[in-house]
Amino acid sequence: MRMPEQVQRLAIVIGVIAAVVLVGRFVLMPPTLVARELHRSSTEQREAAKPVKFAGSSACQDCHDNVVEKKAKGYHKGLACEGCHGPAVKHTEDPSAVTPAAPRDRKFCPVCHAYDAARPTGFPQINPTAHNPLTPCIGCHDAHDPVPPRTPKACAACHAQIERTKAISTHALLACTTCHTVPEAHKKSPRTVRPSKPQTREFCGTCHAKDAGAKEAAAKGTTATDAAAKRAKTARQAPRVDLSTHGETFQCWQCHYPHLPEGRS
Amino acid sequence: MTTEMAASLAEHLEQITGFIYPNEVEIHWSILIVVYPYVTGLVAGAFILASLVKVFNVRAVQPTYRLALLTALAFLLIAPLPLNLHLGRPERAFEIFLTPNPTSAMAMFGFVYAWYLMGVLLLEIWFEYRHDLILLGRSTRGPLRWLYRALALFSNDVSPAALAFDKKAIRVITIIGIPSAFLLHGYVGFIFGSVKANPWWSSVLMPIVFLMSAIVSGIALVLLLYMVLTALRRRPIDMPCIDTISSYLFYAVIVDFSLEGLDFIHRLYESEESVGILGKLITLKLSMSLLVLQILLGMLIPLGMLVVAKSRHFNDDMRKLLYFTSAILIQIGIFATRWNVVIGGQLFSKSFRGLMTYKMELTGIEGLGVALVLLVAPFVILGVLIRLLPLERAETSSPSTERVPAPVVTG
Amino acid sequence: MNKRDFLKGAILFFPAGGLLALARDGARAAAPGPAREAEKAAAPEAPKPSGKRYNPADHYYGMGIEVEKCIGCSRCVEACKAENDVPAEPYFFRTWIERYTVRADGEVAVQSPNQRTRHVETTDDRDVIRTFFVPKLCNHCAQPPCVQVCPVGATFSTEDGVVLVDGERCIGCRYCIQACPYGARYLDPRTRTAGKCTFCYHRVVRGLKPACVEVCPTEARVFGDLRSKASRLVRFRRMNKLNVLKPALNTEPKVYYAQLDGEVR
Repeated sequence: MRMPEQVQRLAIVIGVIAAVVLVGRFVLMPPTLVARELHRSSTEQREAAKPVKFAGSSACQDCHDNVVEKKAKGYHKGLACEGCHGPAVKHTEDPSAVTPAAPRDRKFCPVCHAYDAARPTGFPQINPTAHNPLTPCIGCHDAHDPVPPRTPKACAACHAQIERTKAISTHALLACTTCHTVPEAHKKSPRTVRPSKPQTREFCGTCHAKDAGAKEAAAKGTTATDAAAKRAKTARQAPRVDLSTHGETFQCWQCHYPHLPEGRS
Repeated sequence: MTTEMAASLAEHLEQITGFIYPNEVEIHWSILIVVYPYVTGLVAGAFILASLVKVFNVRAVQPTYRLALLTALAFLLIAPLPLNLHLGRPERAFEIFLTPNPTSAMAMFGFVYAWYLMGVLLLEIWFEYRHDLILLGRSTRGPLRWLYRALALFSNDVSPAALAFDKKAIRVITIIGIPSAFLLHGYVGFIFGSVKANPWWSSVLMPIVFLMSAIVSGIALVLLLYMVLTALRRRPIDMPCIDTISSYLFYAVIVDFSLEGLDFIHRLYESEESVGILGKLITLKLSMSLLVLQILLGMLIPLGMLVVAKSRHFNDDMRKLLYFTSAILIQIGIFATRWNVVIGGQLFSKSFRGLMTYKMELTGIEGLGVALVLLVAPFVILGVLIRLLPLERAETSSPSTERVPAPVVTG
Repeated sequence: MNKRDFLKGAILFFPAGGLLALARDGARAAAPGPAREAEKAAAPEAPKPSGKRYNPADHYYGMGIEVEKCIGCSRCVEACKAENDVPAEPYFFRTWIERYTVRADGEVAVQSPNQRTRHVETTDDRDVIRTFFVPKLCNHCAQPPCVQVCPVGATFSTEDGVVLVDGERCIGCRYCIQACPYGARYLDPRTRTAGKCTFCYHRVVRGLKPACVEVCPTEARVFGDLRSKASRLVRFRRMNKLNVLKPALNTEPKVYYAQLDGEVR
């Protein structure tokens, strides 16, 4: 069959377009434009060649070995130098020309140590407005070995969340030490030396049992039980239960949260 | 970063409710990306209306055949512009042809577009107009004569055999063209429907809903254009023709409405993790554009008007008015549909916890001004095309010219 | 992995994709010497401190995050911005911190301290039952949706498991930003191309830790090599119950969270 005239013409046009496209794509086009592997490896290369700005913790050791050694023993041992001092590669290249920042004002430390409920319990937190206002942090604390100048008076320094919870509870007036025995060493190494926790139902019973306080009241005047008597006085208003029937064999804290007993105040 | 961009982002930040990921403040796909599926939808819809004549032999819509083809072409020529203009680096757009990523729906755009433009639309228009072009090349003088002859590729064969071949070619191209038009717009839907990170988009129905709404908008547009152009040229409107077109429009709207309803009910019933934020999105951000513009104004009211026009025996003028109004409302509705998909999908955080706001720029490359220009441009192109290429066939044997006997309109 | 390869194969079977892939391979085979030489030369050359050449095939990087250690200090965010030249404005982040507050009535409030919204959450501590910080960054997914959708293949996974962006190929279409379920990408306003976390690729190939890991004061972030038995990340994965973000999307993230709360998305 003879090809119709219009199809011949169309075929020429299509042929020309196809030829231009194919020649352009496969002959004229430089392979660097279409080689995907090349693009990828050159991207990797480009990324890898980008300048480093944080030198890394090992870089500081060479010159500042005394500071690094000191820091390694303290609470800040996990911190990178550049976490506070900022990127320091320039400083390692030319130590005298570029000096890293050393934050000295009160704004910096609260970035980590201001109280925030979302911060994990046990992380040392302060209220920046109430905590020795106007005194720079480094006046009392050495940032490279941040031991508190005095061991904290109150537990709230670290256990702010519990403190705040307890402050609005019926247990607000109880000191932490009412229920916990805190070894002095806990303030130095909080994670290795732990405070005690009540172990028995009878402990809560000293205030909340039906007959709580009776014994102490009777023994009033003898010095040995002074503390107990004082406790009994505070507990006069405490709700009483019969330990032998209340809550079967469960421990008290399985149902009641001692820092916020029975929900809100 | 420019200061006005910083100011604009700061303003967006102020409008946030709930929580959004910090990188989500900027709305990335702007009004131009609303224009893009709207325009492609018109292309696909207009082409499918045209193919009714050739493949399904719906003689009644013959008067709109050429108009539908030229409309599709005019809008197709503009379709890639909004995409290109919104790119961060428009000068690199050609890479989509050089290193297309085979797993990317968007990478196929260039190829689907090129295929549809060159493989389907231009070819069909050429075969349809070849005879006219030859005759015009003979009858006109001056540079136009050479333009026509060049457009006809200097073809000269007007023998009955050649003309019969043209007809056959058109039929074959149309048969290939229908799935191509489905592909063109179905794939636009797929670009959105395949984003699993976005529950507002991620839906297997998305390509089908896009396709049906494309058919709705395309048919409505050709109906509008036909009525306007015939009035402009002071010709009588072919009532059986617009009655038939509006019937197809009616069916298409019903199918589209059912699909969108199905999609909605399905989401509501499955009630997945995202249902809460999508509910807030609809009630707080899209109540106007989705409930009022898209569903009420763009769907229910025109549907009602078409039902009334079909069921009551109105006179021609009343029917024309109803068709015309419903076609305009449908255009508004479909544009709102695109808006709700594209912008709506970016107004909630992928954390499902907050809503953003889109503040449309007026000037600027991604602003309302450019969008309007892009929406008007196809009509200008269509005007030029109609001046060059007559809407009626040159020969007298065609049934359309029997009804509207008119000389060839030339530029 | 098998599924991924299968999908890749299936998509390549699509006529257009398949032909293109064939054409591309053909072009590469036909390409004259220079392109291939360049490909070879393009392998990252940054030497490790030990002097050994860096071989990406020996590594596969990931990150572990211990949620309970995060104090929300945002040192990581600032270090990231400094190290990687991320725009300073609070709309562009490669890593950021989220603060979750879960109230007794089930209401969850989330904020990012880095976002600097004017609106500040003022929940009464009394109503809060859980509150914590969560660091976020690119998850460097093993099946990254961003890589899947990039039309020009400008973003890709490296052999050592890092998702990078080729800043010289990216066309700025922002499809990857839409496809990322974690909001980890942004459009850099200076280059108008996509930006994201690179795991500090330039540091990692030099044997350094990513900047965020380097400066984290509580070691809440653990970076490591999943291919090395001695790496801290492998130990982290052995010692903790882990979760990833949005596991239902099957992106297979390589950022592993320990003690991740169900409210985190």
